Amino acid sequence: MKKCEDVSKQLIAYLDRRANSAERHEVEEHLAACSACHERAEDFRKLWGVLDEVPLVEPSLGFDARIRARIAEEPRRGWLGWLVPQPRLAFAMALLLALSVWMARLPREGNVAGTEQQDFEAIKDLGVLENYDVLSKFDALSEVPVEAAPTDQPAQPVTPGSEQQPTTEE
Amino acid sequence: MEHTQTLQLYGTAGVRYNVGAMTRSDVQLMLDVKAGDEASFNLLLQKYRTPLVNFLYRMVRNTGTAEDLAQEVFLRVYRARKQYSPSAKFTTWLFRIATNLALNSLRDNRYRQMDVSIDAPVEEDAAPLQLPARELRIDEKMIERDRSEFIRRAIAALPEKQRVAVLLHKYEEMDYGEIAKILECSESALKSLLFRAYETLRVQLAPLVSQSVANRAREGRPS
Repeated sequence: MKKCEDVSKQLIAYLDRRANSAERHEVEEHLAACSACHERAEDFRKLWGVLDEVPLVEPSLGFDARIRARIAEEPRRGWLGWLVPQPRLAFAMALLLALSVWMARLPREGNVAGTEQQDFEAIKDLGVLENYDVLSKFDALSEVPVEAAPTDQPAQPVTPGSEQQPTTEE
Repeated sequence: MEHTQTLQLYGTAGVRYNVGAMTRSDVQLMLDVKAGDEASFNLLLQKYRTPLVNFLYRMVRNTGTAEDLAQEVFLRVYRARKQYSPSAKFTTWLFRIATNLALNSLRDNRYRQMDVSIDAPVEEDAAPLQLPARELRIDEKMIERDRSEFIRRAIAALPEKQRVAVLLHKYEEMDYGEIAKILECSESALKSLLFRAYETLRVQLAPLVSQSVANRAREGRPS
């Protein structure tokens, strides 16, 4: 037999006659054996009778007239409506188009300005770049660490001692 | 498949109305509205204005607010007519809009809150237009009004989801699948939700339940 807790889910459907035959049988079996649930089921039936006592509220006399007036105020679709069936979609597309045009123009203007600036800087430093004396005495270059030998040169045979004590050349 | 059968669940059905039996042609009506037929919209309006106003009134407990929200629901349905596709029952769609609007209204705190105690004094706007089943004496009317108010407050005191579940199950008689879609939960979760809600109401309304049984016994009617 089912527990009270399990039957509670089926009890409402049993009382309003929407339970299937299997559920109905289970609930009836439980109610026959459980006085507490039986009493609850009886109370629910009485409760529904009590809930029926609440009188209906009638809508006011002007209810229909008000809603018709509000509907009459709703904007009607004119010839533009047939031309543009979805105003929101049309607006979104127009916005997207405008954005695309703006974006297309923006980078080109930026490139032009950037190129002009770069040309100006190059012309300004041209005298220094062409002065070999300045570059040859530029000490900062001597402090740059020496890069390892390029990999495209033929590999040197490795001697056993060289693995343990790497030689350094100053 | 549309659910058209009305389930006789409850003994006293004097104030009930049936939404389920009217849903057969709702989808077709809405498709007609989509095609530009204003008369079909009026038919939907006539069918659902009372259930909607009552559902919203039980949610927000203010007749003016309930009407405003119901107007907003119909307006949204009208505005969405061109995008309408019959993928679900019309009532599921309609009451989902209504539920969302009601919950937003409560959460925004723009309207009167419902989280009042059951013992709180009766509000000025707590007495809506009523449909008495028979002529009652003044004292009987007062007792009945108090009982109704007591029941309304008990429902209003439920947590939001439980409240929606009870209103759609008890008063709109929707099936579990439809309510589960509106509340965006599983049917199993919905059944647990309903059980907890009715269990709370059973405790809160225990005096009325026992009184109801006593009255029936006094009148010689079976409970």
